Parts: sequence; C-alpha cells; structure tokens
Amino acid sequence: MQYLLMLYVNETGWPKLSKGEQEQGMAAYTAYTEALTKAGALKGTNRLQPSSSATTVRIASGKTQVLDGPYADSKEQLGGYYLIDVPDLDAALSWAARCPTVGHGVVEVRPLWAPSA
Amino acid sequence: MNSQESKPQARNTAETVARRSYGRLVAFLAARTRDVAAAEDALSEAFASAMVEWPLKGCPANPEAWLLTVARRKTIDAVRRQHTVETSAVELQVRAEALAAAANEAEIPDRRLALMFVCAHPAIDAAIRAPLMLQVVLGLDAKTIGSAFLVSPATMGKRLVRAKDKIRQAAIPFSVPEPEQLPGRLDAVLDAIYAAFTEGWTDPGCADVVRRDLAEEAFFLARLVAELLPDEPEALGLLALMLHAEARRRARRDAQGEYVPLTQQDPALWNGQMISEAEALLLRASALGSIGRYQLEGALQSAHIHRCRTGHANWPAIVELYDALLALTASPVVAINRALAVAEIHGPGAALAELSKIAADVRLAEYQPYWAARAELLAKVGAHNEARHAYEIAIGLERDASVRRFLQRRQSALVS
Repeated sequence: MQYLLMLYVNETGWPKLSKGEQEQGMAAYTAYTEALTKAGALKGTNRLQPSSSATTVRIASGKTQVLDGPYADSKEQLGGYYLIDVPDLDAALSWAARCPTVGHGVVEVRPLWAPSA
Repeated sequence: MNSQESKPQARNTAETVARRSYGRLVAFLAARTRDVAAAEDALSEAFASAMVEWPLKGCPANPEAWLLTVARRKTIDAVRRQHTVETSAVELQVRAEALAAAANEAEIPDRRLALMFVCAHPAIDAAIRAPLMLQVVLGLDAKTIGSAFLVSPATMGKRLVRAKDKIRQAAIPFSVPEPEQLPGRLDAVLDAIYAAFTEGWTDPGCADVVRRDLAEEAFFLARLVAELLPDEPEALGLLALMLHAEARRRARRDAQGEYVPLTQQDPALWNGQMISEAEALLLRASALGSIGRYQLEGALQSAHIHRCRTGHANWPAIVELYDALLALTASPVVAINRALAVAEIHGPGAALAELSKIAADVRLAEYQPYWAARAELLAKVGAHNEARHAYEIAIGLERDASVRRFLQRRQSALVS
C-alpha cells in the first residue's frame, strides 16, 4: 500500500534559523530519508521551493488563467513529500510520526489509488 | 438438517445467530479485504437466503458456518462484478484468494477485538467510533443508532459509510495493537463503548425501547472486551462502572415515574447481583496494579453506594478519588462532582469557590449538571435569587422531562 506523506510547513520559519540550525534541520531530514530507504519503504521524496515560486493555472470562463502564487493562501504550505510503500495505515502513521516536520509543521498522510492493471 | 422445523423456528435461529455472531462474521469476512461494507452486504444477503432456505430445508447443524459459506460466495461474486477504477484486476484476484484461504480454516476465529480496534482507530473521527462499533460489531441499523445519538438516520448513514470508506481506502489494519501501544488504543475502544452506554442510559424510565437496547448492546461490547482482554484493568473498570450505574436504574424513578436522586433512593431497589459483580471486577482490576479513569469512576460509584447502604459518611475518601480522577482527565465534569463532595465536608461556600474556578470553561454554559450543582449550592448559602436563575438554566438545558420536573420542584421550594 502506497501513501504520500505531504509535509506542510510554515515557510517563514526556515530563513530565521541560524546556519547551524539549518544544517541540523537538513541533517534530520537526511537521516529520516536514510532510515526510510534502509527499511525498503521509500518510493520517492522531494523538497519543494518556497510557495512564492508557485504559479497556478485554471480555466475561467473558457480562458486559461495563470496566476502568481500558490493555490491555497494559508500559513502552512506544502514544502515537500515522501512517497512510501508500507503494509497499512498504522505503518504509514508511525513513519509520519518520525518525520522531522511534525516538530514544526504538519504531515498529511494520504493513501494512493491502487495501480490499475 | 431437520426438515420438521417450522418457519418461526428457523427465523428464531437466524435471529439468535445474527445477534451472537454478527460481529464475529463481519470481522472474519473483512479482516483481509478491510472492506467492512462489502462484508456487511454479503452477510445481510446470507441472512436473507437463510430466511428462505432454513424454513424449507430446516436449520443447518452449524448455522454460523452456513452463513459464512454463503456470505463468502456472495463476496466473491460481488468482487468479480466490480470493475471500478478503485479495484484493479490484481486486487480482485488477491481478494478472491484471501477469501478462499479463509474458507480453509476449520474454526471461525474471533477477530471481533481487532474489529473494535479498527472502529476506534485514531484515524477515525472520535464522534463516529461508538456508532461504527454498534453497527459493525452488533449489526444495529443507522436509524436505531441515529435516534440514540440525536442524529437523523440519513446523516448517521452517511457518516458510517464515510468511516467504512476510510477503513478500506486508508488500509487501517485489522489487528490488536502491540503491548506498548495497547493502553492508549484501548482507551479509545473503552471510550466508544462508554459513549454507547451513556447514550443508552439517558432514559432510565425505559420508556424508549431503542435507548434501553443500546445500553444492553454496550454491555455486550464491554463484556466482550473484558473477556478478551482479562488482564487489562481498565477494561474491567469500565464493566464495573457500567454495572454500578445499571444496578441503580430502577431506583432512579419512583412509582409515578419521577426522578429520585441517589441520596433518596431505596437501596432495596438496587440490583445486588450487579453490584457484587462490579465490586469483584474492581478488586480484580486493582490487583493488576495500574489505575485509570474507569477504575476510579467505578470506585467512586462503589464509595457512594457504600455510604448510602451503611450511612457512614466517607466524603474525604470520595474527594481523594475525585482528585485522582481530576489529575488524570482534567474534566470540568469531574470538577463539578468534586465540588459537591467538598460541600459535604467544608460547606457550600467552599464548594462554590471550587466551582468558580472552572466557571470560565465555555463547555459548561450548556452543561445541565453544572447549573444544577450551582443552584443547589447557592440555595444552601441562602442566595435564593441567584439559585433561582441557575435552576432556570438547568431546567432549560435538561431533555429528560422527569429530571426537569425534579429541578422545577427544587426551584419552587426556594423562598423569595
């Protein structure tokens, strides 16, 4: 069963950290990624650039509309994800609980549709 | 098969099996597929087939196994018919194999405990856990559950469907948690059972059959957990608490159907057998050496009953129990009861001071016992106008007519 762990973080926090703190933060994610890999659970992971770099596209009254900025204007923004493959929700939740993000943000756990044959 | 059996007998057997085995069959059918709704559908089709076949051919020697075989066949048929985006051919194959494997097990293993842990999983909304358990473990319909929880049948039905979808889609495991996680997870199961019980208990006059039945169903669940986890003190504590409350059900109404508060109840009307069972459970629980909310609440019931039976005031011990409970739950409801016990030792003024500490809690604005307690204490210190106002709010918040009349009598007894 595959789950997407979506990491929602307050983006204003990161730039305020000292260089040492940032290094420490990155190291925590590196270790977490390593642990997931070791357990054979990791399918993919990426860190996203700040939401200020986001652009949204939709069609409004027949015209393609392109807007600067993220979809949701909330304090917490999607900052990255882990795609994992584990037996069930409990296993996914226990990985989510270990993710460094839960110390400063929120991790949303979403099951993927099973791949169709 | 015995072909001499009559139709009513066959119906009777089917109903008995339904009551005793529903949860066991659902748990077994859904354990591998995690599809509770499909298991329930298959089972209800199997029961329908039983109603047709059993009166004609007689009841099978092992009705449970018969129902399981038919339900399994129906599940496999349903799975084969499904061609949704959600279920791939591979998954269909897995499910069919899982169900076939299940058929090879001689005994139907009891996975009801795992099913209860699924219903009370932290990923399931806390408010739907008790209704979900009542439906999937006991087979109650959305209408019955909705009426007890004051929700329309359609809304309750939708919430239950949503919860079952979540179990399947998010793949909540059908397992009993590991020992290190068990206490926390068990609390959620016990809380759901207690919620079902208290919803079933709001009508002590038994005027409403649906509600009375719900209390019985909650007892079934509590007994099941206590039986399957005999070394979990809180499971025993919950059963003891429920037995204590149930034992006094009849005494809470007089011959005219009027509400009788605990202190004025006739102990002869209490169910002595239930009280003895509760006391034995509490003793067993305390020997296991881990205190918890339900054991403390059970012990409080026990202390109140002891006082009423013997006439020996034991208020300091009661306040101590409330202190422990308050430390554990930080519940304003506990704080109210504690204040009433404090009043018995240090007088109503001290109790009012205790109550004022929690007055800022917004949840209390709509909580009848808070206003009733306040009114009682205000009346005792002679603040009759304030007491009248507090009674007014308590009366306005109460949904039980006889309790309302009781509060009205107290209110009109105040000297203006």
